[in-house]
Amino acid sequence: MDNKISPATMKRRKVLKSLLAIPAAMALAGGTFGSLAHASEVNTTGLAVTDDTVKVGILHSVTGTMAISETGSVQAEKLAIEQINAMGGVLGRKIEYIQEDGASDWPTFAEKSKKLLVNDKVAAVFGCWTSASRKAALPVFEQYNGMLFYPTFYEGLEQSPNVIYTGQEATQQILKGIDWAKETKGAKKFFLLGSDYIWPRTSNKIARKHIEKLGLKVVGEEYYPLGHTQFNSVINKIKLKKPDVIFTTVVGGSNVAFYKQLKAAGIDLTKEKPLVLTLSVTEDEILGIGGENVEGLYASMKYFQSLPNDNNKKFEAAFKKMWGEKSVIGDVTQAAYLGPWLWKAAVEKAGSFDVDAIKKTLPGIELTTAPEGYVKVHPNHHLWSKSRIGHAKADGTFDVVYESKELIEPNPFPKGYQ
Amino acid sequence: MFADYTWAELGSIFAMQGFSGLILFAVLLLMALGLAIIFGQMGVINMAHGEFMILGAYITYLTSNLFADFLPSLFDIYFFIAMIFAFIGTFLLGMLVEWSLIRHLYKRPLDTLLATWGLSLILQQLYRTVFGPREVGVSLPDWMMGSYALTDTIEIPINGIIVMVITFVITVGVFLFLQKSRKGKQARAVVQNRAMAGAVGINTAKVDRFTFALGCGIAGIAGATFTMIGSTGPTSGQLYIVDTFLVVVFGGAASLLGTIASAFSIAQAQSIMEFFLSGSMAKVLTLLAVIVILMLRPQGLFSLKVRK
Repeated sequence: MDNKISPATMKRRKVLKSLLAIPAAMALAGGTFGSLAHASEVNTTGLAVTDDTVKVGILHSVTGTMAISETGSVQAEKLAIEQINAMGGVLGRKIEYIQEDGASDWPTFAEKSKKLLVNDKVAAVFGCWTSASRKAALPVFEQYNGMLFYPTFYEGLEQSPNVIYTGQEATQQILKGIDWAKETKGAKKFFLLGSDYIWPRTSNKIARKHIEKLGLKVVGEEYYPLGHTQFNSVINKIKLKKPDVIFTTVVGGSNVAFYKQLKAAGIDLTKEKPLVLTLSVTEDEILGIGGENVEGLYASMKYFQSLPNDNNKKFEAAFKKMWGEKSVIGDVTQAAYLGPWLWKAAVEKAGSFDVDAIKKTLPGIELTTAPEGYVKVHPNHHLWSKSRIGHAKADGTFDVVYESKELIEPNPFPKGYQ
Repeated sequence: MFADYTWAELGSIFAMQGFSGLILFAVLLLMALGLAIIFGQMGVINMAHGEFMILGAYITYLTSNLFADFLPSLFDIYFFIAMIFAFIGTFLLGMLVEWSLIRHLYKRPLDTLLATWGLSLILQQLYRTVFGPREVGVSLPDWMMGSYALTDTIEIPINGIIVMVITFVITVGVFLFLQKSRKGKQARAVVQNRAMAGAVGINTAKVDRFTFALGCGIAGIAGATFTMIGSTGPTSGQLYIVDTFLVVVFGGAASLLGTIASAFSIAQAQSIMEFFLSGSMAKVLTLLAVIVILMLRPQGLFSLKVRK
């Protein structure tokens, strides 16, 4: 008996060994997935997917007026991508992001969307902030069949197969807020105040219908141009009309002027005479307004940095570790953080990066790990989420004073409110 | 609109509304004073005026942090020291800008529009890089933020009173400077006839630099003051630039009295209409009125009689 192993056998064994090693390596790389599908199987439409990477786009303004608001979203999206990569990526592929700057200019958003979809062939885009930028980019996403994850709370009246809206649409944000003011605070008279563009006007339209349905009264409705800095006249008007609630959708630098002048006019928010309920002041905005100027303000939205659940504590810690101890997290920042996670879940459920495939799997996707709690994608591409009311403290954070029991169904085309 | 109210209520609302008109007047005037010197006197179309104001606001922000950290006992009065710092900071930047940019363009006034617009973009991005894209919150001593209850129903904003006092002091100062001081007279001489002023021994280059820097310095004071009522961010200056030019052009360039009259009439028109109509409509009507008046009187409300 020849104990020696012939070279040919050696070679065969080596080949067998290395063949055995491949699935093991794949299992390691793919996390929960036993075997790694070849790039051509998970990507039939020529997206930028290789055997170990997938490209996505981040499209926000980092220059220009909107940089103030959009910075938080960029940070949250990068954090989510980094965490997903640390867990092994999506379908075993590391996410690489290409960041483009919308520069606060709406046509630029359309142009950069086209660049991301056509030249870079990204599998998904996380981006846009204002409704105007989304409206500009939307035709591009529909034409080239891209997938956009849009983080901002907005006015509704839109539903595209190519967009997932991770923020609240108007009815989710408004209706419970007004119910709460009526039931808890006994409010009867409302004064609606907003900046003069589509989101405040649509929101106030919904608010007015709802207030009137409840048998309450709107005693005034006012709009000021974006960037307006003089609110003394309208504050006098508010004093004359004596509303129980000032319901505001003032945005941007105007917010700072409004709250400083409100305080200077002797309206102390903590006395709640009148109570001020806002849809547009998050922890981000308070940085610029100054916590001492908004102490006592109520905000109606789905997320506050102070939410006490474990998901949120982990998220807050990770966010601060990546972006500094002083960073704050507002409603939209959290919504932006959901985008990459929802996309990952949809891709893995579909077993494919193809946009048409994830369009089918996205409705019904749920996240139990969201900082705001449980969320679920509705067939209309918005999220089921809870409504909450926060009460601002002088240190710039909110106490959550109300939370809806059940998830609120998104309803971007509310009947009877248009 | 007024049927359900007592006379006392209406009286106090109108008193407060009258006062808010005066505050708006003071705000517009303070914004426009620096530009009235730079554009009105020197003919330089300074599109970076708003950014000079915001530099003043950022200096106030830095000073407030400095006092909060190192001199908390003096925090109550830091604001006035911040205003001096703001003046010095913007004055120096003004000198630098005049030396590096503006002095090459005196013969081409329209080009100053483009050059200073570029400068405004550079400054905005600089602020964004240094202070971050978000607005910063300037904390103010408590005594400056509240309101003063004149009667039970009439409440006067304290910051409004402070703005009015500052505006009054600066306006009188600028007026005396231009009319009475040697430097002011030289500045006016240079503007009216540069060659002749040089011929009688005025160092025109030096006077130009000083005048431009003074205008910037006043913008800096305005910016520091507006931290009480507005926002401080890289692009906040843009909020003021339109109103500022409106006031100076409507008043008639080269006339300080015109600037005052124009700020007053725009402020009153605006605040009265804001009260009776909506905010956006008030703005539309104010701009419309200004356009019509400028069509009839292209030189503005007041103008110097000069032989062309």
